[in-house]
Amino acid sequence: MKISEIQQLLNADIICGGDFLDRDVYSACGSDMMSDVLAYVKDQGVLLTGLVNPQVVRTAEMMDMRCIVFVRNKLPNEEMVKLAEDNAMVLMATSKRMYEACGKLYCAGLVGKATAKSGAGNE
Amino acid sequence: MNEVLKLHYDVDGENFTSAGDASVNVKKKLRQMGFSPDVIRRVSIAMYEGEINMVIHACGGEVDVFIYPEEIDIILADKGPGIADVELAMKEGYSTAPDNIRSLGFGAGMGLPNMKRYSDEMKIESKVGAGTKITMKVKVAGE
Repeated sequence: MKISEIQQLLNADIICGGDFLDRDVYSACGSDMMSDVLAYVKDQGVLLTGLVNPQVVRTAEMMDMRCIVFVRNKLPNEEMVKLAEDNAMVLMATSKRMYEACGKLYCAGLVGKATAKSGAGNE
Repeated sequence: MNEVLKLHYDVDGENFTSAGDASVNVKKKLRQMGFSPDVIRRVSIAMYEGEINMVIHACGGEVDVFIYPEEIDIILADKGPGIADVELAMKEGYSTAPDNIRSLGFGAGMGLPNMKRYSDEMKIESKVGAGTKITMKVKVAGE
């Protein structure tokens, strides 16, 4: 799914990374707990969260995620936007709640595809 | 093993915002050196969780990273309170992190389990009141 489709489905406002909307993402994850996000390896994913602090962007960076959607009208601060810009990441904000936002993307074909422990090598 | 590159970082325990700076730096170095995305991700996530733990529990510490062609070793050492029951601390969901840390999205009791999950070998040496040393190895071949 293109990042632009995510924006349309969620009626979201782009905060930064508007040049990267034609990029594809193949999986998504919705969570306010960053350690849970870090427990699952995904490729080129999108993170939906209602949490606002710089470690949200860091976590997405560590996971090689390309896009963060802030739900429930949450807005990132300047520091987070700067971090995201440095990493060519798209940030967007929607008024939808987590459940609805995830549901809309899932129904449109962006499934979770959690691959816990894949690539872990020791499990 | 030859061609070792050694990196050293001091982790500031006072600043939650900068937690992860060292891991980001290692990630960039590994990318420049041409390691596979899987290896890079495993090293950076394991080290990032370790760095976050140091800031939450131990007022910071030091990280040494040794990069060999065959494996990457990460050594995290702190002079924090130590881990009283390592087996319990390794259980997913168990956490002693305070509420203010949980409100920042950490303290779900996944830090140490994630570090084990993404490394090929992990050793914890800890003494209550003295500190903790965690050694992780990530194999490049990924057997």
